[in-house]
Amino acid sequence: MTTDTFRFTKSIKNLNAVLIIIPMVLLFIGIYGGLMQTMFRAGIIQSDPFVGGDYYKGLTFHGVLNAIVFTTFFAVALGNALVPYSLRKHLNSKIAWTSGILMLVGSVMAAIVILIGEATVLYTFYPPLKAHPLFYIGLTLLVVGSWVAFFNWVPMYLQWRKENEGKKTPMAVVGMFTTFIIWFIATLAVAVEILFMLLPWSLGLVDEVNVMLARTLFWFFGHPLVYFWLLPAYVMYYVFMPKLAGGKLYSDMAGRLVFMLFILFSIPVGTHHQYMDPAIGSQWKLLHGVFTFAVALPSLITAFTLAASLEYAGKKNGGKGLFGWMWKLPYFDKEKWFFAYLILGLIIFIFGGIGGIINASYQMNTVVHNTAWVPGHFHLTVAGPVLLAFLGGSLYLVGQFMHKKIRLKGWALISPYIYTIGLFIMSYGLKFGGLLGMPRRTNTGASYANPDSVLYQPDWIFYIDISVVGGVIMFIGIVVYLVSFFGTVFSKGESTEEGSFVTFPISEAYHDEPATWLRNFKPYIIIAVILIVLSYTPVIIDVLQATYGGSPPYSPNSPVPLR
Amino acid sequence: MDKSEKIALILSGVMLVVFFIGIMYAAIAQDIDVPTCITDMEPFETDTLFQTGPDTYELQMVARMWAFQPSVVRLPVGSTVDLYVTSQDIMHGFKIERRNVNLMAIPGAINYMRVTFDEPGEYMFACHEFCGAAHHTMAGRFIIEAELDEPEVAEAL
Repeated sequence: MTTDTFRFTKSIKNLNAVLIIIPMVLLFIGIYGGLMQTMFRAGIIQSDPFVGGDYYKGLTFHGVLNAIVFTTFFAVALGNALVPYSLRKHLNSKIAWTSGILMLVGSVMAAIVILIGEATVLYTFYPPLKAHPLFYIGLTLLVVGSWVAFFNWVPMYLQWRKENEGKKTPMAVVGMFTTFIIWFIATLAVAVEILFMLLPWSLGLVDEVNVMLARTLFWFFGHPLVYFWLLPAYVMYYVFMPKLAGGKLYSDMAGRLVFMLFILFSIPVGTHHQYMDPAIGSQWKLLHGVFTFAVALPSLITAFTLAASLEYAGKKNGGKGLFGWMWKLPYFDKEKWFFAYLILGLIIFIFGGIGGIINASYQMNTVVHNTAWVPGHFHLTVAGPVLLAFLGGSLYLVGQFMHKKIRLKGWALISPYIYTIGLFIMSYGLKFGGLLGMPRRTNTGASYANPDSVLYQPDWIFYIDISVVGGVIMFIGIVVYLVSFFGTVFSKGESTEEGSFVTFPISEAYHDEPATWLRNFKPYIIIAVILIVLSYTPVIIDVLQATYGGSPPYSPNSPVPLR
Repeated sequence: MDKSEKIALILSGVMLVVFFIGIMYAAIAQDIDVPTCITDMEPFETDTLFQTGPDTYELQMVARMWAFQPSVVRLPVGSTVDLYVTSQDIMHGFKIERRNVNLMAIPGAINYMRVTFDEPGEYMFACHEFCGAAHHTMAGRFIIEAELDEPEVAEAL
C-alpha cells in the first residue's frame, strides 16, 4: 500500500456508494421541481404532469430534497471517505450502516409525506402551518443518522491523536470535524424545536405553540446550516483543488485558522435572518450582524489562500507575468474534470459572498428581505459552489468506491459550465426582480405575472421570464451530469487488485507552519459556546417577554385552524 | 504567515470595519433602523386607522389568510404613519415598494415601523412569506394623493 491509497472494507465501500446514489435520485426529483417552479412563476404552466397544480408542494420538496437531504448525505459520505482515508483507520461498519439506514428511512419518509401533499410547509416548516407528524419524525431521523456517523469518527480521531502525538491532524479531518461540530451544536436547537414543540403539537398532545420562539430556534439552526453546506466544499477546495491544479496549498495555517474561525462564529448569527421580525430588540439583531461580519472573514481569507494556491499552480504549469498563471489551469482538461466543478463554484461564490454581506448588513436587509433577491442569492451559494463541489465529489466518490472508470468524461466536464451559465442568468432575474419588490416563495404566474389579474406587475415580467431561461439551462446542465454519473454507476467495473484501493488527490502545503495554537478544537468550541450563550440569551428573553398567546395548527388550504 | 497573506488579512478586516461604519452611520445619522422589540402595545384583533396629529396617523394592520386588513389605505401627501402589524393566523409579511419598510407579521407578536410618504402615488405591498394555497393573491397598497380631505381605508383591492 502506498501512502496515497487506502483499502476500505467492502461493506463501507457499498455503504458510501449507496449514500451517494440514492440521494442523487432524490436530488433529481428536487431539481425537476426547481425547473417547474420557474415555469409556474412565469405563468407558462399551471400544472405539471407529475406533481399537479400545487406550486408550493413542489417548492417544499425542491427545498427539502436539495438543500437538506442531498447535502446531509453528501457531507456524511465525504466524511466516511476522508476521515478513515486520512487517519488510516477503519470505520466501525455496523455503526456506519446504522447511520446510513436512519438517514435513508427518515428522508424517504419525509419525501413521501411531502409528495402526497401532507407537508406543504416549505423547508423552513414555520409553525403554525402544520405538517404530518411523519415529516418531523423523518427529518429527526435524518439528523440523528448524521450524528451517529459523526460519533463514529470521534473515537478514530482520538485514537489517532494518542498514537501520533505532536503531529498535525490532516486538513481533511480538521475540515470534516469542523463541519460536524457546527452541525451538531446547531441541530440541537432544531431538535428542541421539533421534539418539544412541533411534534407533540402536530400529534395533538399540545394545543398551541409559540410561533416566534419556534422561528428563533429554527434560525439558530438555519444559518449554521449554511456552513454545514459550505464547509464540505471548503474541504474539497483546500484539500483537493491545489493538487488537481498541479500545485500546492499556499498556506496550511490559513486553512486551519479558517476552520477554527467557522467554529467560533457560525452559530451566534442566526438573528440576521430575523432583522424584520417583531419581538427581538434591534441591538441584539445588530450584535448578530457583527458576528456575521466576523464569519465573513474566514471566507475572505479563503479567497486569498485559494487564489494564491492557484497562482502557484499556474506558474508551475508555465504561466508568466502577473495574470498569465490564470490561463495555465486545467479548466478544460478531461482527465481533470473535477477541477472545473471546484473552480466554477469559486467564481460563483464571489457573487454569492457579496450578496451574503449585503443581506447581513442590518438595515440594508430591509431592501431585500423575503424578496426574490434572497433565492437569487442563495442559489449562488448552496446551488452554486456547494452543489457543484458536491456533484463533482459525488462522481469522484462513486468512481472510487465502485471501482469504476468515470464514463463520458466530456459530459462530466462540460456540465458545470452549462449549469453555471444558467445559474447566473436565473439569479440575475431573481435578484433584480427582488430589488423591484418581487416576493420570494410566491407563485407569481397565478397573480403578479398574469396580465388578467388586478395584481399584474408589468415591471417584473422581464425578470421572471429570464429566470425561466436560466432555469432551463441549469436543468440541461444537470441532465448532462447525470448521463455521466449514471453512465459510470451502471458501467462494468474493474476487478483488478490495483482497483480495490481508493485514492484522493490530497494537496501538500507550500507554507507549512507549526500552528500549534490551531491544533486543538476544545478551546474554540468553548469560546463558541460562550458566544452563543451571550448572543442568544437576550434574544430568547425578548421573544418570551414580547409574545402573547399561542397558535393552534393550520393547514395551508384553509384560514380556519385545524382545531 | 508571509507578507502577502498578512496584507490580505488586514485588508479584509479593514473592509469589514468600513462596512460596519456604514451601517452605524445609516442607523445613527440617517435614522434608518430595523424593527425592534415592543412591549407597550395592547394586542389587537381588528384593523384601525386614526389620526394622531396634523400629518400623523396610527395604523393597526391585521394580516390573515389571505388578505391584509386594510388592503387599501388612502392618505394625503406628507403623511407619517406609525404602522403596527400582527397576524391573526399564520406568518405573513410585506415590503412597501420604494419605502424602507419590510415587516414580518407573526401571530402572538406586534411589529412596528414608522413610514413617511412624501411623494404622491401608489405603493404596493405583496405578502412575502408563504401563507398557504392563495398566498400569491395577498397584497395591498397605500395610495397617496395630493388633495385628499379624509383618509380612507378599504378591505378589498
